[in-house]
This record gives sequence, C-alpha cells and structure tokens, in this order.
Amino acid sequence: MTGTLNGTGPLIRLALRRDRIILPIWIVLLSLIPVATISSYDQFYPTAASRAGLVASAAANPSFALLYGPAFNLGTAGGFIAWRMGGFLALLTGLMAIFTLTRHTRAEEDTGRAELLASTVVGRYAPLTAALAVTGGASVLIGVLQAITLASKVPVAGSVALGASTALAGLVFTGVAAVAVQLGEYSRTANGIGTAVLGVAFLLRGAGDSTTDAHWLSWISPLGWAQQIRPFAEERWWVLILPVATTLVLFVVAYVLLPRRDVGVGLLPPRLGPSEAAPSLRSPFSLAWRLQRGPLLGWLVGLAVGGALFGTIAQGISGLVGGTEQSRQIFERLGGSHGLVDAFLATMVSLFAMLASLYGVQATLRMRTEETAIRLEPLLATRVGRLRWAASHLVFAFLGSALLVLVGGVLLGLSNGLRSGDVGGSVGNMVAAVAVQVPAAWVIVAVAALIFGLLPKLATAAWGVAALALLISMFGPVVNAPQVLLDVSPFQHPPKVPGEVFTALPLVVLLAVSAVVLAAGLAGWRRRDVG
Amino acid sequence: MGNAIAISGLHKAFGRVKALDGLDLQVPAGEVHGFLGPNGAGKSTTIRVLLGLLRADAGEVRLLGGDPWRDAASLHHRLAYVPGDVNLWPNLSGGEVIDLLGRLRGGLDQKRREELVERFDLDPRKKGRTYSKGNRQKVAIVAALASTVDLLLLDEPTSGLDPLMEATFQEVIQEERAQGRTVLLSSHILAEVEALCDKVSIIRNGRTVESGTLAELRHLTRTSIAAELCGPPNGLAKLSDVHDLKVEGNRVRFDVETRSLEDALRQMTQIGVRSLESRPPTLEELFLRHYADELEAGK
Repeated sequence: MTGTLNGTGPLIRLALRRDRIILPIWIVLLSLIPVATISSYDQFYPTAASRAGLVASAAANPSFALLYGPAFNLGTAGGFIAWRMGGFLALLTGLMAIFTLTRHTRAEEDTGRAELLASTVVGRYAPLTAALAVTGGASVLIGVLQAITLASKVPVAGSVALGASTALAGLVFTGVAAVAVQLGEYSRTANGIGTAVLGVAFLLRGAGDSTTDAHWLSWISPLGWAQQIRPFAEERWWVLILPVATTLVLFVVAYVLLPRRDVGVGLLPPRLGPSEAAPSLRSPFSLAWRLQRGPLLGWLVGLAVGGALFGTIAQGISGLVGGTEQSRQIFERLGGSHGLVDAFLATMVSLFAMLASLYGVQATLRMRTEETAIRLEPLLATRVGRLRWAASHLVFAFLGSALLVLVGGVLLGLSNGLRSGDVGGSVGNMVAAVAVQVPAAWVIVAVAALIFGLLPKLATAAWGVAALALLISMFGPVVNAPQVLLDVSPFQHPPKVPGEVFTALPLVVLLAVSAVVLAAGLAGWRRRDVG
Repeated sequence: MGNAIAISGLHKAFGRVKALDGLDLQVPAGEVHGFLGPNGAGKSTTIRVLLGLLRADAGEVRLLGGDPWRDAASLHHRLAYVPGDVNLWPNLSGGEVIDLLGRLRGGLDQKRREELVERFDLDPRKKGRTYSKGNRQKVAIVAALASTVDLLLLDEPTSGLDPLMEATFQEVIQEERAQGRTVLLSSHILAEVEALCDKVSIIRNGRTVESGTLAELRHLTRTSIAAELCGPPNGLAKLSDVHDLKVEGNRVRFDVETRSLEDALRQMTQIGVRSLESRPPTLEELFLRHYADELEAGK
C-alpha cells in the first residue's frame, strides 16, 4: 500500500503551489464572513423587543426558511449569524471543495499532465490522496478559523459548532467530487455532477424547511445537517455523525472506483460518433451550439425548478406583516419596497439575474478555453473571421443569460399566480421584472468579454468580477455597506419591479455600459494575437 | 507565376523574447518549399503570422497576393492548414471535425475525403478524446487535403505518424504537387523534406540563414572524399579548403569545400588515382552544420 501512495507529499506541495492565490482567497473570505457581519446584529436589533419581532417574522415567513434555513435562536448574535450565514457558508464551502478537488484530479487528466506524473514514481492513489488532503484541509481550516474568530465575540460552543458545520459540509462535497471525478470523463462533467448534487441538496433543504409536512427532506441534505447541528441553540453534537459518516463512505467509494478505471477515462464508457457530420454542422454557430448546449440546458433546468419553487411559497409572505420595523427594513434593503410579496418576487428575479450572469461568464470564458486548448486555430485558419466566431459564443452568453432569467421569472410568476388566482397579472409582472434585471446581468457578461479581448491571460478574473458584484448585492445591504460600494454592483441599479415605480434611465445606462464595454472587448479581440 | 508567399524583414516579439528577427521567405506558386530549423527557431510563429493569428511587428508579408492580417477570412478560402499539435473537440467525432472544417473553408471534395480516410486508415466515428496523437494528426491532414485549395501550410504535419502513414503522406503530397499546389512544409524529418521539396529555407533564431534548392545548398558546403592514390598524397594538405585530412599510407580521407573540389581532384590525378569515393553532403549535414554553429555561438 505504501507504493500506491508514493509521491503524495510532493503532489500536495505542487497543489498548494498552484493554488497559492485562489485557495487563500476562498479560505479568508469564507472564514471571516461570519465575524465580519456579527456587528450588524446589534445594529439592527438593539432591543429585546426588536429581537422578539425578528423571531416572530422569521417563524412566520417560509421564504426566510427556504433561503436561509430554520431559525433556532434569533435572540443572540451567534444564533442570528448561524441562521443568516450558516447555510450560505456551507453552500460556498461545498462549491470550493468541488472545484478544488476536480482541478487537482480530473482536470489534470484532461490536460495529460497526470500521465506525465503517473509515468514517474507516483503511486496510483497518490494524486487522489493529495487532492483530498488539500481540499479537505482547506475545508477544515475554514471551519477552525471561523470558530477561532467567532469565539472572541460569541459563546465558544456555538462557534465550534458553526465552524464544524461549515468544515463538514466542505468535507462531504470533497467526497462527492471525489466520486464524481471517477464517473465522468472530463473535469467539466465532474464539476457538473458535483454542483448538481449541491443544487439538489440546497433545494431539498429549502423545501424541507419551508413546509411542515415534508420536513424530513432537509434531513437527507448535507446542507440541512449543517444547520441541524444548531450552533448557538443548544448544539446537537450527535448530528455531526451524519456528515462524518457520509464523508467516510464517499472517500471509500472513490478509492474503490479509482482502480477500476483507466487514467484519462471515466467509468462511463465513450461511445462512437457519426462518421460524417450532419448537414446542419456547417457554421461557427452550429459548433458553438454543440459546445454550449449542455451547460445552458443544465442552468435552464435549475432556474426553472427554482422559479417554480419560489413562486409557490411567495404568497406565504403576505400573511406576515413584519413584526418590527427593523426586520422589514432589512428585507427592503435586500430587495424592494412596499408590498412584501412584490418585494420578494423582485428579489427573486434579481437573484436569478445574478445566477444568469454567472452562466454568462461561463459561456464567455468558453472562448478562452477553446483558444488555450488550441482548438480555435484550425477554425480561424478557415474562412471564419474572428468577430463571427466570437459572436457565435457571445450569442449564448447574452441571449442565454436573458433566457435563463426569463424562464426563471415566468415560472416564478406562473406558480405564484396559481396560488394567488391571478396568473395573467402575475406572469406579466414577472416579465417586466425580467426585462429590467437582464441589463444588469449583461454588464457582468460584457466585462467578461472585455477581459477576454484585452487581458486574455487574466480571463478567470471575470469570475472574480461576477463574485464581487454578487457579494456586494447579497451581503452589502446586510452589513450596511456604504452606498458608493453598493453602486459598484450593476444589480443595485434596476428599479425593483414589481412594487417600485418603473424608471427607464438606469436601464438605458446599464445597456449603454454593456454595449460600450462589449465593443471595447471585441475591438481588443480583433487586434490581439491568438494563443 | 508570382510568389504565393513573400516575406521580407519580418519581426515579431512576445514581450522581451524575439521570436522572429528579420525573417525572409519567398515561395513561388507551385513550389513545395521545405521550412527547416531547430525547435524554437520561429517556424510556427511564421506560419501563424501567415494565418493572420499573430500580428507582425514589422516587415512585409504577402500571402497569395493579399495581406494575411487584413484579408484573413477571404485568403483562407484558398489555403488549408495542418497544425503540428492537434486538439479535437471531445464531443465531436473525427468525421464531424473533417466535415465541419471543410465546410467552414468553403466546401470539400466528398470523393477525395473518402479516399483519404481510406488511405490513412482512419476511423472517423471515434470521438475527439479517444484518438491517439497520430490519429488526431490524421484527422487534421484529411481535413486539410480534402479541400481543393491553392496553398497548403503544413506545420510539422507528420509528427506522431507511423512510418507507413508517413509514406502515405509523402505520396499524397507528391500528388498535390503534381496538381500544381503550393506547399510550405515545416518539418524535422529531413528525409521527408529531401523527398518532397524543390527548395528549402533554413532558419535560426528567427532569421533565414540559407535558402535555395538542395543542389545550391550543397554547393555551399563540403563533399566527403575517400581515395586510394598511386603515391603519397603530397600537396593536399596545402589546399586551403581541405578539412579533416587523414592519411594512411597511400589512402586519404578528407572533406573539401565544394567550390574547391576541382582543385583537390586535380591534385589527386597528378599523383594518380586507384579508387575514388565521393559523397555529397546530406541535408542532415547541412542542417547540423548550421545547428552546430548555433551551439558554438551560444557558448
């Protein structure tokens, strides 16, 4: 067995060297978010009465439970943070784990670098073991740092429980990714399987927590366990057994599957394709469709399900009039103004636009993947011009992201309308909400295109831009960030329709910014070297 | 006929690294031109400038009478390219890639395509990822040669091919030559260049160091002589262009600059010649000589 683990140490060092920027960013962000937001609790809920109001409103509002999970103890700062941040911390740590593990396993095989290593004295299990050590280590470190930083301000037991819940969510999804990379043939497939499991886990938890008759759903979700540990609310330590056991089982499964497949190949066998191309495969666009359709379809399904689900519970909010002025203010800061249902719906569409912008960045950066994988050169050696090729992918980035918001919004309106009895009005409202939100998403997509055109070597920075805009819009209002900072995010600018009065000016500005930024990106792409 | 490719004084730098440093290259229409040079000499960079993928920093570049940067899309109708490193889309079959690239170029000859798939023994149903390096290379070769074009730009096209396929490739290029196509063949396989090319250019450090027919290039270098004379080989050592002279009794072995070959022969016939063996320089020797210079210059 020692032979099969040969070289694990150097591989760990190699992985840390390659991730010396991205991994510290994940770790610092995820471990410091809870302690950084803890002061907002005292600010918004200074009195016992206001805290009681928060408890009442959270208990009565299923949409809170869907987004953030069950609230166990909102009477203390620790309990508030665990409720408001715990679910997202588990989700994001899971995402970090999936991407990091695939990057050091399947992605290495995709590029053929793993073969280069396998030909040295590296043992069969060494690359997986090294990747598990790095990814699992990062998850544990996040948890430990969370616990340490929180413990100075709130009770130690709760801090440890919150840190443990985050770390274990990271470990479970490290295991999920470790199994996924054995199944799929490419890192893209493995990432897809991993994030799909993560998405399902979020939906299960959300559905289980926002209904009373199907509460067991949250108990089959790793994200649900993270909250059932109940940090700061008489911690239930025994729940830790669930993620620990799941992690161990997944690790074992990954090690069992690994020797059953060849390096560079998945367990699902490759199939033969057609010996001749269909007549329709004759333009850059038809090629882009082949390359882009899979991710687009996946995102469409995700947003359709999300829209239908959120629409179903929207009416639940109307029964609740915020017990305290403060909690209502917080919610308005997050989304809209008068009419909590309208504000909720507007917030949801804004959330869809943020998610769609992530898809847009992914679709745009596909161009850079094609370029660095030297698949672009033979195409540009034909009659295909640079602009035409770029347009074939950008169509997906721009129209695809608009389609995503539209599908999510229409299903949101439809399922809400079925509950309220006014399908036509509800769908119509949502289409308007979609129309105002799409330009905000396009700004992010255009920035990704700009980076591709002008600074291709930094293409992945587009993810950073998108993440920054999302973080500002999701957490900025909660922590009372200055307006100047909030204004940086394009998602702050569209009028919150329905509910708010429609104004065209912000939309015109957002569209103009997208157009100018995109044009600059394309101009750069026309002039720069390929490769 | 005019030049299919005319490059003069081409410069291209990547940051502080000079890839091309005043390169010249002329390829008349209808010629098969060998493009030789050690790794990193600038061959691929030159071809990528010709394809309009890279923008020249300075110098004149004409391709099929047009500007390869400005007129890229319209010129590409008339040329086909085989890269030395081929990467295929994992979810497309080889046959789909051949058809797609052919259609994007402006149409492909269906009969020729089938014939080439047959001759190169390629299974077009396999998906991109499952091909070996040699088979990926074959996909690119078939995709390029199945179209009717004026110019073929081949950047180490046979890297990864087995000897049998290498022979097939040479046959196919001979046919293309007979059809009057212009070919720029960058290669490391000197036997391939000797078999196929009318002319060669040797480049080094981004500059053309030799260009001409093989005969012309040979003229610039040394011929190896081995002879048995009737008497002691006096006087040969005095000739300025004789190198590496080895004498064993009446037998001699030496290299002579081709321009002084006549002097050396005259000297030997004065002594009397019993047997004579002369060997013209191979392309390898030509190449190695330039390469060796570079190694020395580097020291």
